[in-house]
Amino acid sequence: LDSRLPLVIFLHALTPAAARDEFQEELVIRPLHSGDIYASFQFRTLWDTDFLQEGQKVSHYRLFPKSLGQVLSKFSVRELHISFSQGFWRTMQWGQPFIPSPPGAELWVWFHDTVSDVDGNWKELTNVLSGIFCASLNFIDLTNTVQPSASFKPLGLGNATDHRFLRYATLPREIVCTENLTPWKKLLPCGSKAGLAVLMKSEKLFHSSFHSQAVHIRPICQDEQCSSKAWELRQTLNVVFDLHTSGQGKKEWSLFKMFSRTLTEACPLASSSKVYVDITDNPELFELSPATPLLGQAVVLGDRRTYSVYDLSRAETFGQLRSFNLLLRDMLRPLLHAERYVAGFGLQTGEIHTVIYNNHPYRAFPVLLMDSVPWYLQLYIHTLTVTSKSRDNKPSYIHYQPAKDRHRPHLLEMLIQLPPHSMTEVTVQFERALLKWTEYTPDPNHGFYVGSSVVSALVPSMVAMRTNFTQDQPLFSSFVPVKEESSYFVRVYTEPLLVNLPTPDFSMPYNVICLTCTVVAVGYGSFYNLLTRTFQVDEPSPPLSKRLANLIRRIRGVPLLT
Amino acid sequence: IFWFNYRHVANTLSVYRSVKRLGIPDSHIVLMLADDMACNYRNPKPATVFSHKNMELNVYGDDVEVDYRGYEVTVENFLRVLTGRLPPSTPRSKRLLSDDRSNILIYLTGHGGNGFLKFQDSEEISNMELADAFEQMWQKRRYNELLFIIDTCQGASMYERFYSPNLMALASSQVGEDSLSVSHTFFTCLFQFKVCPQSQCVSTPGHRTDLFQRDPGSVLITDFFGSVRKVEITKDTINLTSPVEPPIKRSGSGDIQIESLTYVDQLPVAEIIHQKPKQKDWHPPDGFILGLWTLILLVFFQTYGIKHLKHIF
Repeated sequence: LDSRLPLVIFLHALTPAAARDEFQEELVIRPLHSGDIYASFQFRTLWDTDFLQEGQKVSHYRLFPKSLGQVLSKFSVRELHISFSQGFWRTMQWGQPFIPSPPGAELWVWFHDTVSDVDGNWKELTNVLSGIFCASLNFIDLTNTVQPSASFKPLGLGNATDHRFLRYATLPREIVCTENLTPWKKLLPCGSKAGLAVLMKSEKLFHSSFHSQAVHIRPICQDEQCSSKAWELRQTLNVVFDLHTSGQGKKEWSLFKMFSRTLTEACPLASSSKVYVDITDNPELFELSPATPLLGQAVVLGDRRTYSVYDLSRAETFGQLRSFNLLLRDMLRPLLHAERYVAGFGLQTGEIHTVIYNNHPYRAFPVLLMDSVPWYLQLYIHTLTVTSKSRDNKPSYIHYQPAKDRHRPHLLEMLIQLPPHSMTEVTVQFERALLKWTEYTPDPNHGFYVGSSVVSALVPSMVAMRTNFTQDQPLFSSFVPVKEESSYFVRVYTEPLLVNLPTPDFSMPYNVICLTCTVVAVGYGSFYNLLTRTFQVDEPSPPLSKRLANLIRRIRGVPLLT
Repeated sequence: IFWFNYRHVANTLSVYRSVKRLGIPDSHIVLMLADDMACNYRNPKPATVFSHKNMELNVYGDDVEVDYRGYEVTVENFLRVLTGRLPPSTPRSKRLLSDDRSNILIYLTGHGGNGFLKFQDSEEISNMELADAFEQMWQKRRYNELLFIIDTCQGASMYERFYSPNLMALASSQVGEDSLSVSHTFFTCLFQFKVCPQSQCVSTPGHRTDLFQRDPGSVLITDFFGSVRKVEITKDTINLTSPVEPPIKRSGSGDIQIESLTYVDQLPVAEIIHQKPKQKDWHPPDGFILGLWTLILLVFFQTYGIKHLKHIF
């Protein structure tokens, strides 16, 4: 007889009308021109509730994670964007990612306008998030936080855009590893037990050219009429698998090869669970099995692409995705691309060069460049030059906030018009500061990191974009709200810089003490001895026989022997 | 970072795994790793750390939670965790929330010497500091019994100075000996309470039990390494109450003006160009400016004398 644990639970079936939250998951696979393959996971939880309602605390959490909900209500957060990335996204070889992110950790938050002490809320928020994501976000403080004046407008609903409630910080040195992925997976309704999240195994995900996981929370329109708000939590994970390290040099990819797992079921709590494969480039020449009759089209990043759609909520989809052979032709060259490097020699001065490429053949468009440089690289703004096609290009808007030593970093925002088919170079000279000896990290000769620059632009699109939102639009094309049909918004991040600061020799105090003490001891000591020492003749102690004889003589009263 | 410190990370993770396997959850473990070996670019197998060169067991695993990593592992943070004197905004996962009925296990490994342990290649913790920290913990009633294991060169010197009650200490090497990080073997020694022969271990393990109040022979290993969760098994059925219905929002029919909600323009070029400069708050003059003006005024009055002021005014 088996003794089962009869712990029976009655579940009240929720009718669709009463359900206030829903969950969707999708995976997009895009083969890249260089033979690598790009996989992008997006998980979205939509919840029709109001965290910031007065006097009404939200107490019943179903799909939305409780840890994040409490953070939102406690700190009156309007929008939260946090991303952790390892590796650098190579725009020229891979195109544009669906959700861009800089290397390291990046956090930007819009607070509600009812907050009175934004800096205090920001400090506590970073500490709480460092506990949730097991990351060193507590190193974010006033010395690396900036308040952009024009970049990073809210991606969610809302009219008020007072930039006093925006904070942006980046930690380019932050490492991403399994301990950051584990709590991220715990935020999903199905965890990593069912649905698309079973594919996320750290041994495969971190053995890649690029890995980025992010959490984006914002209020969005609940339906097409946009009469009320709903909260959207998007968790995205972008990974690019390298042809040679993960693919063993063969351009044959399968889910098992990429993730060492296959999909067995959709998440039961998800209302939609889909896998999209980009087949725009040469649909006849590759074999995609199992075949699917479902095709979808979407306009994303200014290009119309065709996708094969696998609906995981239908049972007949299951079988496994076996290997598919792909032949690729040249895809659309990205129109906007940026690079950054440090020029100069020595440890005193240097020059930061930011190069922005506009590859459109005949259209010019404006870009907003935001640079946040730490205080120990002292920028000389009078040496700032912006040149396009070897001619001076004056920006139409410049916002510069100088740094305050140990308090605030530099913030430079410029709106530059890029002429068509050109390269624009922004240069500024700087001087390196000498830090106090306690401010150096344990490994100062590695160098100090400078966060990526952010280039935001409205790039003219080849294809008309849709401006209204519909519910059945795939997630990857509905992240950024579209305001006009002829251009799409894109954000490009440059490389972070690694700069050497003049480093003192930390063993010098010890050396100096040793040398000085030795010199003093040997030099002064022997000199003092020479001056003050006197010599006396000392008789050696007489042998035992003589001492005995002296003793007897003393008794007798006779003079002693010498 | 130096790659030869890989074995220290592997040792710490082996202890972490054993402790988790014996029942202690992550919320009761504070894990501090000073170097990142698993996701370092030098690691040929990312996201893995192996404790043996035949690579059979990945001690990093899939569900590790590191609480303090990289530059956060400092002597100050370690002592603050022990004594509980952390800033109020520290999250719970980074705190040691123990009381006077908790048994604590502390495992330290790294490079050390006679009386100190190295942190991050740039600072040291001395045995006196450690002893004082434990005394603070005893006075604040932060532990019931404490087991201190140290795996470094000359590790036995670290527990020489302890003076608080209910402490038991184990070290992998005596003063004057180097420990070649044979922690795996040391571990089996520990579990079987055998003395490791000199030929295998190269160093002699040491221990200190004089401050311990109970008889060490009667202490179970699982008092420190594992924990038993309280589980109640019932045979009755339990009815879960119906889900809490959130209050129905009153639909604004005429009274409340519903403003149309829209998304913000991501790059409003015209608006940006014509943005008015922010009103800078007026700050009183800084110390330097005040000092400079005071100096100028002093020199002026000194030279010309105060009685000449009436000619100016």
